[in-house]
Amino acid sequence: MATDTSVKGWTRDQMAARAALEMHDGFTANLGIGIPTLVGNFIPPGVDVTLQSENGILGLGPFPTEREVDPDIINAGKQTITELDRTSYVSSADSFAMIRGGHIDLSVLGAMEVAENGDLANWMIPGQMIKGPGGAMDLVAGVRRIIVLMDHVSKSGSPKFRTHCTLPLTGANVVDMLITDLAVFDRKSRNVAFRLIELAPGVTIEEVRAKTEASFEA
Amino acid sequence: MAEKLQVDANIALEGLLFDGMTIAAGGFGLCGIPETLIYAVLESGVRDLTLVSNNAGVDDFGLGILLAEKRVRKMISSYVGENKEFERQFLAGELEVEFNPQGTLAERMRAGGAGIPAFYTRTGVGTMIAEGKEVRRFGDSDYVMETGIVADLALVKAWKADPYGNLVYRKSARNFNPMVATCGQVTVAEAEILVPAGSLDPDSIHTPAVFVQRFIRATSNEKRIERRTIRAEAA
Repeated sequence: MATDTSVKGWTRDQMAARAALEMHDGFTANLGIGIPTLVGNFIPPGVDVTLQSENGILGLGPFPTEREVDPDIINAGKQTITELDRTSYVSSADSFAMIRGGHIDLSVLGAMEVAENGDLANWMIPGQMIKGPGGAMDLVAGVRRIIVLMDHVSKSGSPKFRTHCTLPLTGANVVDMLITDLAVFDRKSRNVAFRLIELAPGVTIEEVRAKTEASFEA
Repeated sequence: MAEKLQVDANIALEGLLFDGMTIAAGGFGLCGIPETLIYAVLESGVRDLTLVSNNAGVDDFGLGILLAEKRVRKMISSYVGENKEFERQFLAGELEVEFNPQGTLAERMRAGGAGIPAFYTRTGVGTMIAEGKEVRRFGDSDYVMETGIVADLALVKAWKADPYGNLVYRKSARNFNPMVATCGQVTVAEAEILVPAGSLDPDSIHTPAVFVQRFIRATSNEKRIERRTIRAEAA
C-alpha cells in the first residue's frame, strides 16, 4: 500500500485496524455498533478471537450470503449474522453474566465524549437523543479492558477528549485506551493519566494539543 | 394434566388482561418477539399498559403497534432507537420511560422470577441510572441496588413446545425469553412448532413447563429482519 503524504489522520478502517492490534490470541471480545464493528475485519492472521454479542451469541460468524440469511441469527446491532463451529447461544442473563462477571477480555466502543479521568459518555444527549443505554453500561462496568474509537473532534469542531464529560455518563473511569482519527492515548491503569503513544500520519503533537481539552502525558 | 394448550391467542389471554397492568415480553429487536400474542393484546383493547421489554419494536410491528394505538403508559426498556413514534410520544410527555442497562434489565427479570427482590451490580454506578438508588460498597468497588421485576403477565416466543409447555428457543431468538418466562405471575407462550410428548431432549429444554401456564401455536411468524446485512456469494 502506497503512503500518500498529503493524507492526514486515519480513516475509519485505519482506526479499526489500529484497535485490532490490541486483540491477543485467545481473546473473547465484544465490539460495539458502528466503527467498532469494523475491528472484526482487521484481526491479524494467527490471532484467534471469539466475538461475543450481548443479545446472546458467543462466537459470531461473518455476515450471511443471501441464501444463508436467518432471521433468528442477528447480532446486537440487529444485523443478520452467521454462526461458527464454536458458536453457543445463551439467554440475555447468561450473556450479561459473561459481560458483568468479567469473562470478556476486551470491548471496543464508540463515544460522544471521553474525559481525562476515563469517564465515558456515549448514550444520551438530553432533550435530543433518547435511544437508551442498551448494553454499553454493562460492558464498561464488567469487561476487563475498554477501548474507545471516536473522531477526535465533533462535527462542529469541538474537542471530544475533555477535562470532564458534559453529557450523561455511560461509566465513570472506565476507558483504558482511546483511538481517534489523529492519535492513540493509552494508560497502564485506571489510576494514572492517559499518555499520547502514537500520532496518525501527518499529524503533529501541536495539532493534537490544539484539538484536545483533556490533559494528557506525551 | 391441566390443559395448557389453548385454541388461539385470544382464548389464551382470556381473563388475564386488565387496564393498568404490567406485561413483560421477550425478544431482542424484532428477533424472538411474541408476534401472535402482541396482536391479541392489541385486539383486546386493554390500555394504560406498562411494558417491560428490551426494545419497543418498530412503528408498525412488534410492541410498536401498541404504542401507535396509545395503549402504553410506561416502557421499561434498554434501547428504543428504532421507533420514531416512541420518540415522539416520549418527547411530548405522553409516555413514561424507565431506561435500564440491558444486563440490568435481564437480571431484574431473572431475579424477579427467582424470588429475589433486589441485587447489587456495578453497572450504572456513577451515572444517572444510579440516581435515587442505594449504592453500597463491597470490597473496593461500589455497586448499585436494582430490584427484581415481577410482571402481571409474561409473553414469550418459543421455537418448539411440547404438550406440557416445555419450551425450546431457536438460536439468538432465545435472548430475553427465558427470563421473561420466569417473571410473569402468569406466562403465556407461543411456539412455532408443537411437538409430541417425549420428543424434546430433556437435557436441552430451555424453559421447563413449570414456568408456562398457557401456550398456543404461533400463527404470526413473520420474523421481520431489521437490518438485513449480507456478504457477496463466494465466486
